[in-house]
Amino acid sequence: MSEKTDKNAKTGAAGKAADAGTADGAGQRRLSVLKTYKLYVGGKFPRSESGRVYEVTDSKGHWLANAPLSSRKDARDAVVAARKAFGGWAGATAYNRGQVLYRVAEMLEGRREQFAAEVADAEGLSRQEAAAQVDAAVDRWVWYAGWTDKIAQIVGGGNPVAGPFFNLSSPEPTGVVAVLAPRESSFLGLVSVLAPVIATGNTAVVIASEKAPLPALSLGEVLATSDVPGGVVNVLSGRTAEIAAPLAAHQDVNAIDLAGADEALAKELEIAAADNLKRVLRPQPVDDWAATPGTDRMTAFLETKTVWHPTGSLGASGSAY
Amino acid sequence: MSSTAPTSPQPSPAPERGGVPTALSDVTASDSALRRFLHGLPGVDAVGLEARAASLGTRSIKTTAKAYAIDLAISMVDLTTLEGADTPGKVRALGAKAVRPDPSDRTAPATAAVCVYPDMVAAAKEAVAGSTVKVASVATAFPAGRAPLPVKLADVREAVAAGADEIDMVIDRGAFLAGNYRKVFDEITAVKEACGASARLKVIFETGELSTYDNIRRASWLGMLAGADFIKTSTGKVAVNATPANTLLMLEAVRDFRAQTGVQVGVKPAGGIRTTKDAVKFLVLVNETVGEDWLDNHWFRFGASSLLNDLLMQRQKLATGRYSGPDYVTVD
Repeated sequence: MSEKTDKNAKTGAAGKAADAGTADGAGQRRLSVLKTYKLYVGGKFPRSESGRVYEVTDSKGHWLANAPLSSRKDARDAVVAARKAFGGWAGATAYNRGQVLYRVAEMLEGRREQFAAEVADAEGLSRQEAAAQVDAAVDRWVWYAGWTDKIAQIVGGGNPVAGPFFNLSSPEPTGVVAVLAPRESSFLGLVSVLAPVIATGNTAVVIASEKAPLPALSLGEVLATSDVPGGVVNVLSGRTAEIAAPLAAHQDVNAIDLAGADEALAKELEIAAADNLKRVLRPQPVDDWAATPGTDRMTAFLETKTVWHPTGSLGASGSAY
Repeated sequence: MSSTAPTSPQPSPAPERGGVPTALSDVTASDSALRRFLHGLPGVDAVGLEARAASLGTRSIKTTAKAYAIDLAISMVDLTTLEGADTPGKVRALGAKAVRPDPSDRTAPATAAVCVYPDMVAAAKEAVAGSTVKVASVATAFPAGRAPLPVKLADVREAVAAGADEIDMVIDRGAFLAGNYRKVFDEITAVKEACGASARLKVIFETGELSTYDNIRRASWLGMLAGADFIKTSTGKVAVNATPANTLLMLEAVRDFRAQTGVQVGVKPAGGIRTTKDAVKFLVLVNETVGEDWLDNHWFRFGASSLLNDLLMQRQKLATGRYSGPDYVTVD
């Protein structure tokens, strides 16, 4: 019984509430209400198609919860959902995407406690350190929310050309991006790789950290309530190598971010991804996820569209205008 | 009660051979006999029918069986374009796709037919010339069927004259629902005659508009008695199209009809079948209900347009092990 209570406490806010209820009950204990963690695909919360789950433990090996063990068919379904959502999300105005991303930050702010508890359990941090991680993640959403309608000014623009043409370049989203979330930083790291992908209009299939998937699965609940259209972000949990392989080979995935792959897996996935010329972002060592990220992660999943517009013949003044 | 008891549609132990006229000629002799026969058909157990269709849909078809099913399904597709915006160019593109569905893999079978409006038959015929692909044409004021009989027959003759191998006619649902079975029967026989010897006749019931399973069973028998070569669920133009349950019901009807008369009639579910998984479920229904005799594109068809792309993507997945995407099939 006491062991079970330990477990409940570690599932976060719900567990704490259960404990609090016992204090005045004089031996009367509430039944524990454990959370069933589910995938987030196409705006819904399905179980794995395979029906499998695996045990998630905290950093000391104590059981926390069961998470869905996704199969390749879950990955396939997630890609279908992401493809379906792409047109609408890429076509939304950058300003609107900024509002939606800011809304994610707002929703997350209201659930800081829950995420701090989950991150503390997942990464073995103190409650204070975990809260700092969550705050940084909220700020990261705000940071990228600001970038959505500014990235075009940085990486696009008018080009000087030697001819009677007006020549413009503008950044366009790449498409469906598979994201392998970082293994160690289960929440701040996840947000740091996910937000830049969707900020620019891509849609994402995210594979949560294999050891610590719970914050990612809970993030799905936040996304579902913050105006992010269903399918723009899809969160899978399970064995990274098992889910990533079909995604890397998938002909309808346009890019893959290998942040959560070790060296051997990254190499294997990069080879598989070469088949349909996916954009591949190789894993880079990150010392501090809280540091200002720069624009690299956004530009990694952008294409440049260049338009040549005729201006007519040049007049005597040397300009057609 | 009338003295003539309705003929039982249950398969008789020793089916009489020799076609409709000898086996069931008395039931089509008069309006009242036809009505008695159709209303004497046993009522459909709707819950049982749907449960049976659903349980057959749970079969798992994998690996080699799946590869066989996909190729079979591709060979059964009536690749269809029935839009106001159809152009000769679009019909040519469709014909090319029907002949060679996957240009990157020449082992992919051709589809059964292309299905177009009568004025596009000539263009379609040209596009599939020299291949096994047939040209089917909808006719008889498709999809509503609200036109006088001479207009409908002229529609059919035009299509046949332009070279259509198959005619997809719609029944007059208004007359059917009003209980005017004889009128529907006579229309089908007239259209059958207009088809001549060269064209096979598919009769569309628009099951979504018939409201009850009993009506679908009656319509199936009515169509077969009138000489349909194929019975087809829907036009694809209404909210409810082919479902596993109504297709199962029609498969039972063709099975019982053959048992009674020895005449084999084909079945074509149309509309709403978009994925390989759905198509395979229908093939399971066919195999379990009427058996292998119908597992051939002479006797079973899918009326579909987007289904073919999904079949091709699944086929590519089986061949390469990689999930394919819509970038690798044609956009119709």
